[in-house]
Amino acid sequence: MRDQGSGISSPSYAFPALAVLTAAALAYAPVMIAQAPVESTMLLVQKIFYFHVPAWFVMFTGAFTCGIASGIYLFTRSRNADRYALTGAELAVVFGLIGLTTGPIWARKAWGIWWDWDAKLTLALIVWLTFIAYLLLRRYGGPGSDRLAAGVGLFGAANIPFVYYSVNWWRTIHPKTSVVPSLGPGMRGTFWFCVLAFMLLMTLLVAARVHLERQRDRLDQLYLAAEDDL
Amino acid sequence: MDFESLTFSDVTRTYGRRRALHRVSLTCGAGEVVALLGANGAGKSTLLSIAATLIEPTSGEVRFGQATGRTAGPALRARIGLLAHDLYLYPELSAAENLEFFARLYRRGDVTHRVDTALCAAGLADRRDEPVAGFSRGMRQRLAIERALLHEPRLVLLDEPFTGLDDRSVMALQDRISALGRAGCIVLLTTHDLEAAEAVAERAVVLTRGRLVPIEPGPTPLRERYRRASPA
Amino acid sequence: MTFLATVWLVVRKDLLVELRSREILYTTVFFAVSCVLVFSFGFVRDGQPIDGAAAGILWIAIAFSGTLALGRTFERERQSETLRALLLAPVDRPALYVAKLVGVLVLLLAVEALVVPLVGILFQAPVLRAPWTLAALLVAGTIGFACVGTLFAAMLVRARSRDVLLPVLLYPVTVPVIIAGVRGTAALLQADPDAAMARAWLSLLVFFDVIFITLSLWVFEPLMTE
Repeated sequence: MRDQGSGISSPSYAFPALAVLTAAALAYAPVMIAQAPVESTMLLVQKIFYFHVPAWFVMFTGAFTCGIASGIYLFTRSRNADRYALTGAELAVVFGLIGLTTGPIWARKAWGIWWDWDAKLTLALIVWLTFIAYLLLRRYGGPGSDRLAAGVGLFGAANIPFVYYSVNWWRTIHPKTSVVPSLGPGMRGTFWFCVLAFMLLMTLLVAARVHLERQRDRLDQLYLAAEDDL
Repeated sequence: MDFESLTFSDVTRTYGRRRALHRVSLTCGAGEVVALLGANGAGKSTLLSIAATLIEPTSGEVRFGQATGRTAGPALRARIGLLAHDLYLYPELSAAENLEFFARLYRRGDVTHRVDTALCAAGLADRRDEPVAGFSRGMRQRLAIERALLHEPRLVLLDEPFTGLDDRSVMALQDRISALGRAGCIVLLTTHDLEAAEAVAERAVVLTRGRLVPIEPGPTPLRERYRRASPA
Repeated sequence: MTFLATVWLVVRKDLLVELRSREILYTTVFFAVSCVLVFSFGFVRDGQPIDGAAAGILWIAIAFSGTLALGRTFERERQSETLRALLLAPVDRPALYVAKLVGVLVLLLAVEALVVPLVGILFQAPVLRAPWTLAALLVAGTIGFACVGTLFAAMLVRARSRDVLLPVLLYPVTVPVIIAGVRGTAALLQADPDAAMARAWLSLLVFFDVIFITLSLWVFEPLMTE
């Protein structure tokens, strides 16, 4: 078989090390959360916050990654940029889903209703839908849809500030009654630890996903090369 | 801008796992009429689209004289004429209106005269104000050919130009193509009609599953040489 | 050919084609009117429209009929692949985008000219109270919707499942336009009109238009070449 840098890349120890670190962080996180001080008004329910907000961090990082990588892909045709764009979109959708389920659960337990058009949740919902649309286009748009999806990714990311402002103004006309309490002193450490854990998880997933796409492209090339040999 | 040759260098075009073109290399000079033959799905239309700068090759490059396809701009496109399988005609507009639109789009002066000449050449002068939607396939084909040649392009790309034409029209088109060659145009045409191709093309090449194979010139009929060059 | 000359040539051709059959114009107008009527049944109770229903229904009708018009406009170009013929021509490709945008805008504004009075009548909404601000909101909002819509519809011309993908892609991205349009219009139509608020929403719309038209012009050519 012709060697064009084909096959599995040589083993690197960064990935398993990262995986172990991430697993450790995520395993320890609940311990920290359990030990964190209980918030006075919402009691135990508030602790969902420690996963809810880091999930948003990852979602928006994914969304902006998709936007920037899409822009790069459109203008340089770099396949690597396309892989990062796809990964960013998938992260945005998956972690957006985490945020959009933990949010209403928290709201229901804390304030009695599932959804109250809170500005941040609504913003997240719209951004989430935009990146689901990105994935639908890639899946169902036929050949060449990776290029088209890059346009959607770029526009979707550029749209985020506009959605943020329009939803915010929309909501401030009818002010909300529930207020998210600010972080007490003992909670900050736990919060940032959870953010770190999620960021590690995100890095791990990005590495794995980009690697998977790279292998897919290599597989296509191998198919083509094998055809030549026949 | 102008150019005297069209060169494909190792042009490859893939769609995921499907390879439409594999390292195609071909050079055509001014005044040459080259017939591009091959079975359906062999990649002929893709190659023409790449020559028209509508599609980018996955690897390799196309050169128009010294300029590359990648850096192509409007100036290059002004010198290219493409007749594609879809005829690029607006069915709601009349024959004359279609030609006028494209003449203006290609910045050609003397629009009325140009359009009249083209309509006569297509044999549609008496149907000039009828909407194209009512034309037969052959009439549309003749009009589309004129549309592609309206701006006197240097590079003429014809995808199955003989489709739907009756015998008289085929001969007229053959004369037209030969005249284009004599005038210094680079003509690249694809067809299944080997006899029609033989009459106008000095050179013929075959695309078989994306690979280009030249057909040696010789006294034997094109059909025989084609069959030899492209085993089933 | 200069940018504007190209735009004018293509717009003229599109208008000429449309005038021959007027198919897109009639069907879009009828669709918009049907939208308004159907939504009315949901939002009028005991003969009284729900507060603020007029603005919402107006903009939803614009969004839905806009999507329809976009789809039909580009379907026409797809039939004989004439969009490819335009891309092949020696013109600045962004000019083609602008030309298509102008065409869609003209169509949508014509539809709005009919739908706004209809909404005014059906919902007893005072549409003539602040006509210039309302017109500005409609124009800016329609431009916002159409500029993203034209880009997406053009890029989907060669894609599969294009009919359903256009609204799926378009609606999330144009949410700010809809919010701004509805809230701005509602501010003008409410019992105690708030012109300052309407102008605030208008400025958001204008900003959106500027950013997204610029992005579209920039991105049109790479998106349309395979």
